[in-house]
Amino acid sequence: MALIILRRVGQAILVLLLVALISFLIFRFVGDPVNSLLGQEATVAQRAELQELLGLNDPIYKQYFDFVWRALKFDFGTSYRGAQPVADLIASRLPATLELALVSAIFAMVFGVITGIYTAIRRGGWFANIILSGSLIGVSLPTFLIGVLLIWVFAVELSWLPSFGRGEVVDLGWWSTGFLTVSGLKSLVLPAITLGLYQLTLIMRLTRSEMLEVMRQDYIRFARARGLSQRQVHFRHAMPNTLVPVVTIAGLQIGSIVAFAIITETVFQWPGVGLLFINSVNFVDIPVMSAYLLLVGTLFVFINLIVDLLYLAIDPRLRDAGNGENQ
Amino acid sequence: MRRFLDSDFMYAFRRSPVAIVSFVLVMVLILSAIFAPWIAPTNPFDAGSLNLMNGFTAPLTPNMFTGESFFLGTDDQGRDLFSAILYGLRISLFVGAMAVLFAMTLGVILGLIAGYGGGWLDNFIMRLADIQMTFPSILIAMLIFGVARGILPPELRDEMAITVLILSIGLSEWVPFARTVRGSTLVEKEKEYVAAARLIGLSRWQIMLRHILPNVLSPVLVIATITLALAIIAEATLSFLGVGAPRTEPSLGTLIRVGQDFLFSGEWWILLFPALTLLALALSVNLLGDWLRDTLNPRLK
Amino acid sequence: MSAPLLSIKDLSVTFESRYGVLRAVDRLSLTMKPGEILGLVGESGAGKSMTGSAIMGLIDPPGQISGGEIWLEGERVDTQPEIFRGPKISMIFQDPLTSLNPLRTIGDQIIETIRRHAKVTNGQATDRAKQVLTDVGIDPARLNDYPHVFSGGMRQRVVIALALVTEPRLIIADEPTTALDVSVQAQILDLLQALCRDRGASVLLITHDMGVIAETTDRVAVLYAGRLIEVGDTRAVLTDPQHPYTRGLVASTPSVDPSLNDEQLYQIPGAMPKLDALPSGCAFHPRCDSATSQCAMEQPQFFGERAACWLLDKKEQS
Repeated sequence: MALIILRRVGQAILVLLLVALISFLIFRFVGDPVNSLLGQEATVAQRAELQELLGLNDPIYKQYFDFVWRALKFDFGTSYRGAQPVADLIASRLPATLELALVSAIFAMVFGVITGIYTAIRRGGWFANIILSGSLIGVSLPTFLIGVLLIWVFAVELSWLPSFGRGEVVDLGWWSTGFLTVSGLKSLVLPAITLGLYQLTLIMRLTRSEMLEVMRQDYIRFARARGLSQRQVHFRHAMPNTLVPVVTIAGLQIGSIVAFAIITETVFQWPGVGLLFINSVNFVDIPVMSAYLLLVGTLFVFINLIVDLLYLAIDPRLRDAGNGENQ
Repeated sequence: MRRFLDSDFMYAFRRSPVAIVSFVLVMVLILSAIFAPWIAPTNPFDAGSLNLMNGFTAPLTPNMFTGESFFLGTDDQGRDLFSAILYGLRISLFVGAMAVLFAMTLGVILGLIAGYGGGWLDNFIMRLADIQMTFPSILIAMLIFGVARGILPPELRDEMAITVLILSIGLSEWVPFARTVRGSTLVEKEKEYVAAARLIGLSRWQIMLRHILPNVLSPVLVIATITLALAIIAEATLSFLGVGAPRTEPSLGTLIRVGQDFLFSGEWWILLFPALTLLALALSVNLLGDWLRDTLNPRLK
Repeated sequence: MSAPLLSIKDLSVTFESRYGVLRAVDRLSLTMKPGEILGLVGESGAGKSMTGSAIMGLIDPPGQISGGEIWLEGERVDTQPEIFRGPKISMIFQDPLTSLNPLRTIGDQIIETIRRHAKVTNGQATDRAKQVLTDVGIDPARLNDYPHVFSGGMRQRVVIALALVTEPRLIIADEPTTALDVSVQAQILDLLQALCRDRGASVLLITHDMGVIAETTDRVAVLYAGRLIEVGDTRAVLTDPQHPYTRGLVASTPSVDPSLNDEQLYQIPGAMPKLDALPSGCAFHPRCDSATSQCAMEQPQFFGERAACWLLDKKEQS
């Protein structure tokens, strides 16, 4: 068990170093670190001095370790635009993205699992079929289009909900939250649906196919043969076995939600890190891009790690395989 | 040909209304994209033919000033929307198809090398694929796009935008191809005919291309179709976000981006028709891909 | 003769497919006496398991019972199978590795089954679960173990415990030993036999193994291509098979009776036809040594109580 965990953590660190390498290469060679620190208007002498100071004349591996070391201290350089430290920029925008991602993840998970199990149990029923056809359209509909259409219906035509921004936010220390005001909550609705809908359809289709697969298993037939009720068979036997892979995949999707937030944030002008990133791509603001990559990469690696460890906790077979005493 | 028409494949096709409808829709869209210059009433990029007086004409309603009428209306510049959509479709499909072609070539070659070669090379390629798969491809495409823009001198950025777009989407989608081809190659290379081919002295590449490749074509075709839908959506998304096709060569995504600005002032058609076209394209390719996967290769599910 | 426990009348199970309607079970009639062990034998695809699933009401779409009736102790089963599952009829599946829910302890699954069918407290249910585990030869202290820590044979004991704990009148055992090591097979069969005799439960033992039939069953029914072709007391059928197919089956089984020291094992020529390409008349006629032109044209009915074969018709006439 401990060995498995240790190995998994080791792998995670390796992937992290690789992600760091890519963002270092982007930072160092695509962008110009000297510019990123001094701005465009520095003199040649200033540049040369900084170049020496930053160790840009050092061997490349040393520069890489310096980069990692600075990243560990949240030092990602300075944005080309506005000359603000990248770390501050990201910190000020992270709460908006994380709150949006959290709400849409919960939305996607809850409704995805419910509709997935419903469509599996009521296989061939008319309502299940409607949900399924709807989900096909949902998968084909690009996220940004969902957002635009929602804005059109609920913000422009019906004027029920705001079409952009976070509404009023309350500062809790450095964290600014939209959960505590009515306008903040109303502003969350459309972006959260937009961001969550695609994941919802994914989770639903996955839950459905896993559930149908599980329902074909002998232990389900045996449970029915023992005269257990439909409820017991569906919810005590089939569902837990369905949820093991669903939780894994859904957990992995949290990272995608943060990444896909780029699109939703652009549609709704949501002041999060995604919008920051897309603007940095637009204006070739390399330090911000590099830092964003590092941030999202770290997030993904952590989520992968946590999901794997969670998997160990859920499934007794894996747990014991790790102990190596029963096989 | 007769054998093809009588095959299980055609039987399944004729039995599936979804497959027929989506196939017809895909064909109609592809043909109208190819023949856009002949179908479109105007050339939307010929600035000389635009009449600003025609701006914001609603669909099928004569313009207040000029009395001209447009099938799907016009945008703020007086550009005929129907023509703009046809040309946009052309760019969307072109970028999507080229990106898939690129991803397919790359993925098939890497898959063959990994599967046939084995060893550290296999390990390296597949680890790389694993890592890339943990990140959403749209994010990877954005990063590559951003990096490419960083490398290119500013004056070339718009000019090269379409090429960069194709490369970045293609690079973000090679993994499924490589995985499938590698899997099939591992199976095929153990078979006797490959051993026989080696005995008569065929080179590695000859064996891979002539003997192994034809056997993995049908899953590759399925993945290509599904990837085409993904690539079209990715292209539209990037263009919508303003990091894709430039305004001078607007794709469907660019048109939707433009249309969104006029939503609040009531010119809904500038948004709606490009959006519907994109939806029809993505949905029909997706449905066709799903159906192909279920029919040709149930295991891919 | 006592009233039958189970009686199946003209049961048909069909599947809709691209090649038309396939008949997996074709007008099968069969009765079982209380307490008897009836073997259902045939090659794979003969309709054995399908018959078992039909009695349980567990046929998955696109399959369905398209005709016939199933009665248990005077009550109709096939119209409302769910009230019979558990307290009246239970089932044991082929593969003990997949028959138990991997995420829940065996005690949990046994207690859940007890409490579903009897109004007892959790403590009482636990006691009964421990008792039934002891009956099948498992240490009751292992109640809180997960299925994966047991070996195949031990898991099949757990499965038997689960099938018996509701005290059913009839147990359908679908190839209960096929997936097990040969050394364990006999143990499991003996255990099943002994426990069912103790409780007066009948067993419908589905198998393709004539050896298992010979050692375990009282009577045997032979299926071929979805049809019942021979039925009778096990001893009689094995020593004097009436249908040519049964004869072939017996002759192709090594040492059913050690006194008959066959020099060479017989093989039935050909293979059982697929359901979408059933021959006309008697489905066995293309493989039958004694087939006549009549066999190819008309499907034989039962002549007497033993077997469905035109040869027997001639015997009766002559």
